[in-house]
Amino acid sequence: MTEKTTNPTGDNRLLEEAQSDRKIGWFEQVLGPDNYRIVTGLFKTPASIIGFVLIIIFILVAIFAPVIAPPVGNDPMKIPRDGFSGEPQPPGSPWNSNVPEIPFWYKPLTGNDKWVHLLGTAQGQYDIFYGIVWGARTAFETGIVVVIATVLIGVILGSVAAYYGGWIDNLIMRITDIFMTLPYIMMALIFSSILTPILGRSLLPPIIAMITFGWMGYARVIRSDILSIKERDFVLAAKASGVKNGRILTKYILPNAIFPTLVLATLAIGDVVLSFAALSFLGIGTEIGYADWGQVLSFARNWITSLDRYWYIVVYPGLTLTLFVMGWNLVGDVMRDVLDPRMRGKI
Amino acid sequence: MANYIIRRLLLVPVLLIGVTLIIFGMLQLLGPVERSALYVTDFPKNEKQIEGVIKKYGLDDPFFVQYWRWLTGVKDPLTGEREGGILFGDFGYSRTASQDVIDIIKTRFPNTLDLALWTIFPMISVGIWLGVKAAVNQNKFIDQIARVYSIVGTSLPVFVFGLLLLMLLYANNQWFLPGKMSDWVSRLIYSGEFKQYTHLLSVDALLNLRFDIFWDAMRHMIMPIITLSYINWATFLRVTRSSMLETLRMDYVTTARSKGLEERDVINKHARPNAMLPVVTMMGSSIVGLLGGVVITETVFNYPGIGKAAADAASQLDAVTILGLAIFTGLILIISNLVVDVLYAFIDPRVRLS
Repeated sequence: MTEKTTNPTGDNRLLEEAQSDRKIGWFEQVLGPDNYRIVTGLFKTPASIIGFVLIIIFILVAIFAPVIAPPVGNDPMKIPRDGFSGEPQPPGSPWNSNVPEIPFWYKPLTGNDKWVHLLGTAQGQYDIFYGIVWGARTAFETGIVVVIATVLIGVILGSVAAYYGGWIDNLIMRITDIFMTLPYIMMALIFSSILTPILGRSLLPPIIAMITFGWMGYARVIRSDILSIKERDFVLAAKASGVKNGRILTKYILPNAIFPTLVLATLAIGDVVLSFAALSFLGIGTEIGYADWGQVLSFARNWITSLDRYWYIVVYPGLTLTLFVMGWNLVGDVMRDVLDPRMRGKI
Repeated sequence: MANYIIRRLLLVPVLLIGVTLIIFGMLQLLGPVERSALYVTDFPKNEKQIEGVIKKYGLDDPFFVQYWRWLTGVKDPLTGEREGGILFGDFGYSRTASQDVIDIIKTRFPNTLDLALWTIFPMISVGIWLGVKAAVNQNKFIDQIARVYSIVGTSLPVFVFGLLLLMLLYANNQWFLPGKMSDWVSRLIYSGEFKQYTHLLSVDALLNLRFDIFWDAMRHMIMPIITLSYINWATFLRVTRSSMLETLRMDYVTTARSKGLEERDVINKHARPNAMLPVVTMMGSSIVGLLGGVVITETVFNYPGIGKAAADAASQLDAVTILGLAIFTGLILIISNLVVDVLYAFIDPRVRLS
């Protein structure tokens, strides 16, 4: 029998990685092999690429809102109105009063030199096109604020619970359980309607309410991630060499545990925007006429007997919101597979 | 087993205290005048009355003193009658609906139950069927369709879907209707000719053998049923599919196949029952979700359940009413979660051993 080195059959990924002399780029060096795998995994399927394209389109719309739909009046977030008549106007109907500036892209694209209601108007002559374009800003604003705040709360509570253990862990996790018992939309609805008289109608009440009842998932995820890292050798070494508790948690454990949570949190923006739209659909939050998708949709509630005629007050803002959420869901779906350890080596 | 149930029961008082504390904490953000609706129906009109109410019900006492009073109520020194006290089912007075909150619950909750009753079966059975089909035909056409559906299904917001249904099935042709019942049915109920055994309209109609009323109830419920099923199908599909795929890779499934069993038996008798465990958890939480009032669906279709009542009160900023409803919903959720967890321990031995 001749001596020959063959690899054992089965999953040889680790072995190949150890043997290979493949180049490790700077990007991989910065992120570390596990996180690098997560990031590259995200860009490998058509579904997630479509998702990213959708997200990027919405980011561009939010950034270039003043170019796409030039603001009218002092507050660009207020949807411009063409008169006050109650009945919605179909797409393409002429803009009579309060006409905004015509943006540069309009003439070459449509061949028309009069500004019309591109997607029609809702009741009260609010222009739907403006609501959708500027509403993208509202969406990102609420999404980002709520996600950052909930992650902060969740990470602080979850990591304290996991690191100190014992009764602290017990207390924090029971509080988490209690918050999880309560139905999310109903509690957010209640809390923002309590905050509205105190803070006035604005984005603030629903944002605070969604933060208050939205942090629990992150606390649980980060807690279980930390529990698995806590017992690793490098943490024990740091403890043995007398590093203080707080420093171990922030410098040794969190950087190694937080990445999956951060990725999941980023992708939760879609869900947050969905819940926010639901709240404003129910009539909670911003004042009437604020550029916000849920509110544009809520105008349709008064016209349910004749929605066949006024389809555009449902279809356009509904499609916008759906595509936005779908962008995040497509990426999130792939993300779940990448983060699932059982899928290791398959993507 | 007994051990597990006891541990789970011990959690109940903790949850009860926690939930009531959160809700009472939110109440305390209100001014004393609004909070007085917990005990009295009339809005105090002048300075003097306001002061009197605050003094009588101790609305500026320390937090825990008020919390206790909120739980147990106040005895009127003159008449000796108890006022308020959520432990006795007095959730306060709704100034926007001009009735006691408990009466709102009594009239609205049967409607929520009625809707849940008819949603559970299509929601669960179709969702699981789709998931199993997708897993068995992994990466084939039906699986691709199912995956696209599970993405679109979770992305299309409930209220957009609801409005689209109204647009297609109601606005033009009036095939199905929003609301709870037609006028002639409500007149019939009001006249007392129609006996209400359970207060669930569809069930009562069947018990009275009034199939015209049953059809009317269904015409009003079809759209919310479709909406609630469609959101849950996507999640059921996803969970069933992944659990089924995992089970199909297990050794005992291969064994069953190599014994020469028919593929249909392998799937139906060996794989599917074991793949159902995570699905059962999902079932529990979605049924509990249906009972907890489905705020958005009920509001879109104008369906007078608990969720619609909460949304109405919220849009009129009537905090005492919604908080009363929230306490009730919280109780329902705590109890039904307990039932689900205990049932689950019976089904899956791994739960009670951990």
